This record gives sequence, C-alpha cells and structure tokens, in this order.
Amino acid sequence: MPVYSDKVMEHFMNPRNVGEIEDADGTGEVGNPVCGDMMTFYIKVDNNHLSDVKFKTFGCGAAIAVSSIVSEMAMGKTLEEARKITPALVAEELEGLPKNKYHCSNLGAQALNKAIDDYLKKQGKKVKSKRSGKNEKA
Amino acid sequence: MKRAYLDNAATTHILPQVLEAMLPYFRDAYGNPQSLHDWGDQAREALDEARSRVAALIGAQPEEIIFTGSGTEANNFAIKGLALARQSQGKHAVISAIEHFSVLHAAKTLEKWGFEVSQVPVDKHGLVDPKDVGKSIREDTVLVSIMHANSEVGTIQPIAEIAKVVKKTGALFHTDAVASVGTIHVDVKELGVDALSLTPNQFYGPKGVGALWLKKGVRIMPLLDGGVQEGGRRAGTENIPAIVGLGKAAELAREEMASRMAHLSALRDRLIEGLLPRIEHTILTGHPTQRLPGNASFCIEFIEGEAMLMLLSHQGIAASSGSACTSRALKASHVLTAMGIPAEIAQGSLLFSLGLENTEDDIDYLLEALPPIVDRLRQMSPLYSKFIKGQRGGS
Repeated sequence: MPVYSDKVMEHFMNPRNVGEIEDADGTGEVGNPVCGDMMTFYIKVDNNHLSDVKFKTFGCGAAIAVSSIVSEMAMGKTLEEARKITPALVAEELEGLPKNKYHCSNLGAQALNKAIDDYLKKQGKKVKSKRSGKNEKA
Repeated sequence: MKRAYLDNAATTHILPQVLEAMLPYFRDAYGNPQSLHDWGDQAREALDEARSRVAALIGAQPEEIIFTGSGTEANNFAIKGLALARQSQGKHAVISAIEHFSVLHAAKTLEKWGFEVSQVPVDKHGLVDPKDVGKSIREDTVLVSIMHANSEVGTIQPIAEIAKVVKKTGALFHTDAVASVGTIHVDVKELGVDALSLTPNQFYGPKGVGALWLKKGVRIMPLLDGGVQEGGRRAGTENIPAIVGLGKAAELAREEMASRMAHLSALRDRLIEGLLPRIEHTILTGHPTQRLPGNASFCIEFIEGEAMLMLLSHQGIAASSGSACTSRALKASHVLTAMGIPAEIAQGSLLFSLGLENTEDDIDYLLEALPPIVDRLRQMSPLYSKFIKGQRGGS
C-alpha cells in the first residue's frame, strides 16, 4: 500500500461531492482509463461563483482523494479564485502525496479548469447566438 | 476486526515446524560448513540434509542443487550464467512475454551484453504455444526460458511439451518454477528441463533463500566470484538457517502436497464460483482449468485496483493487483497486457492467492466484503456511469 497521509486516507474513505450534476453549467473530463485515471468535474455557476461542484473519478486512492479535496477547495469560490487552485496547492492541502502520485493532483486541477473553460465557452456561445439572433431580426 | 491474508503469491507465512528447524542454526549451530571441526561438520551435515530434501521434492540428485539468496538470484543465475557459458555457440535466447521481472530484466541485460532475445507470445489464457517456441528458436539460440506457472494469473505452462520442442535443438531449457515448486507436483525429469529455479517463501519456508537446480554436466558461469561454496558455482558463506528452513519446507511440501492441493483448490473454486455471480462485469483471468490451486485472479471492470485494495485492507483483507496505479512504474501488468486484456480493464486487476491458513470463513468474509466495495467505487466511476447511460440509451 502506498504511504498516504491521514488527510488523503480521510478523503479517500469519505469523499465529498461525489456525483454528477444533470444540468451542469460546465463539465470537464481529463485523463483516460488507459493511463489509469480519469476524472469528470461538474460545476454550477451562480453570479460568477461556483455554487455547486461534483465529480466522478476512475482511479487510485490518490485520484479519488484529489478529486474530493479539489471539489471542496473550489466550492463557493469565484471562477478567478478557483483558477488559482494549482496542483501544488492540492498536494499541500492533502498533506503531501507520494511522488509517483503527484500527477493525480495535476489531473484534479486540470479537470476543474476544464469545467470552467466549458462554462465560459457555453456562455460565449449563448451570448454569440443571442447577438446573431438580434442581427437576424435586424 | 477479522483479518484474511489472501496474498500468498507475494509470500507465504512460515510453518512452525520450519521455524523450529531453523532456530538452532541461528543460535548454537553457527558453524561454517567449510570449516574442518565439529562446528563445521554440524553445519555441513545440515546443508547436505537440506540439499537432499530439496532434490527429493523435484526428483533431482542432491549434487544438482545450487543454493542461492532468492528466487530472483536463481533466475538471474540461470539466464546470465547459462547464456554466458554458451556464448561461443551463439548469442540468442528465447523467453515468454509473461516472465517474472527477474527473468525479463536479466534478459534485457543479456541484450546489453550483445545477445538477442526473442519473446514468445501467450494466448488470452496466458498459455505459451510450444509451436511458437519452436518458431523462435534459431541456429544460434543457446537458451530458452519459459516459466512453469505464473503467480499473477495462475496459468500453468505445458513445460514437458515445450521441452520436446527445445530438445530437438541444441538450446538449453530453463524454467522459473518459483510459483509451482512446493505447490504442485514438479519433477525435473518429467518436465524435461535443464535448469529450474525455486524459492521456499512460496511454500511456507523462509525468505532470502532459493535454489537453482542444474542438470548434471550443464556448465554455468558463476555470477559471484569467491570461495568454493556450492561446487564453486555460488561463492559466499551459506545461509545455513535459511537453507535448513528451505529443506524442511521442501520435506513438508512433498509429504503434504496432495492434501494441500485439495484444500487450496476447494477454497479457490469457492472463491471464483462465489465471486463471479456476485459481481457483474468481472472477468476471471488466466486459464480456467490449467491453473495453480490457490490462484483466483480477476479483472473487475470500470474501477481501479489500488482503490479496491485500500478498501479491502480497511476491512482486514490482503490482496494484490496488477493495475498501473499499484506499480511504482505506473504501468499495467505486462502479464495482463500480453494476454490481450485492454489497458482500461487491466486497471481493475485483483488477485487473491490462497494459502494453507485460509479457511472457508475467509472466503465467505471476502465474498461479503467485496461487492459493496465494488459498488461504492463504481458509483464514483465516470466509466461506469457512461456504461449505464449507454445501456439505457441502447435499450
């Protein structure tokens, strides 16, 4: 068994915010099962704040603990604040990760960022389509 | 909390009789077998007795047994020592794709030394086809090494049939029998090999000791230079307590083999037959019938092995996995990959290897504990939710 910190074990045994958000404002999927880890993050955005964050993860104990702590760290934050959740911060928050599991903390931060990107992209599209709609009418 | 050790492929416990036999050689009988006095005589007698017992277990002559420091050393010795001793006749060796790292990596070293190494494939059950071995052998092939049984998936190779193919050529045939000796019937003459590796930490003996059986008359290049121990083929003062333990473990294995096999295969079948219907989307890995009596290995789809091991460990159950995340190199087991199991399914590898101390109770405890663990991880798995959605969409 890899030597995990108590915090990693605690989040692995009792992961927060597991699940999917049916009408998510943004989703981000990273990794792939061939490499051993895959994470999907779902976010709801309310007034530029992350009002809900959920995840599903295929992977090892570290991958599950990382997903859990990232969801906790991101919850309630503004999009700009959430962007500042770096792999190093995630590892620090988990009281350290074994060296060969460090890539898991990368995945967690990436998945969250991708979900935010997805949200912004959708927003952009909506704005665009509204505009184009107006243009058509005009 | 109840505990169940189902990781005997990693190493077994040590039998009390084995420990008892070893203890005097740590304490009072500390002599060096090379010495010419009572202390030396006592150690030498113990060494000879152990050698005879190991030889008896595999149908060999005592003088054909070379004690080593581990199964890994025995494999390294065979691969490097036999290839080097024959390099004037050719520099090509053949191994299978599912060998233990101590054969695989020793063969890589041969390549660095200018040898060529061919790997024969295995089928989906992990079996080597003797015909493939035949096709891989060339004029300059000096050594073939195919493992007897694979500890990860339990598959037992048709070594005697492969030996017939190898014998037609000039090559030597070594088999890594670490997973089989002491567990199933192994006779070097019936197998038809020239060299065979074994270690007692797989059959209730100590760690830190192993042996290479080398057919009389076969030359080998020593890996260690030094004194005249082991006929000058393996220098270094003998680890007498461990060798005595190996001898005792070999004697007990020979005496109790039939009852041990019956016990282990009954538990194995209970586990396999209990687990498959309880957990959907689970594959039994390895050969359905030609497998080690204590081996029950699976791939459980949509989830990852290390996470399962952690949750099992939380309930006192010890098992192992060939998933990428459980390996330090973060690579899925080369054995599962060679059997054609897709990488994402290999991630769900879970191996239970049973031992003499296991009971029906242990198996039933596992069969209760595992399904909720699998459920819990599948509920977290994006692969599983995709699969379920796909099913709903499809229906």
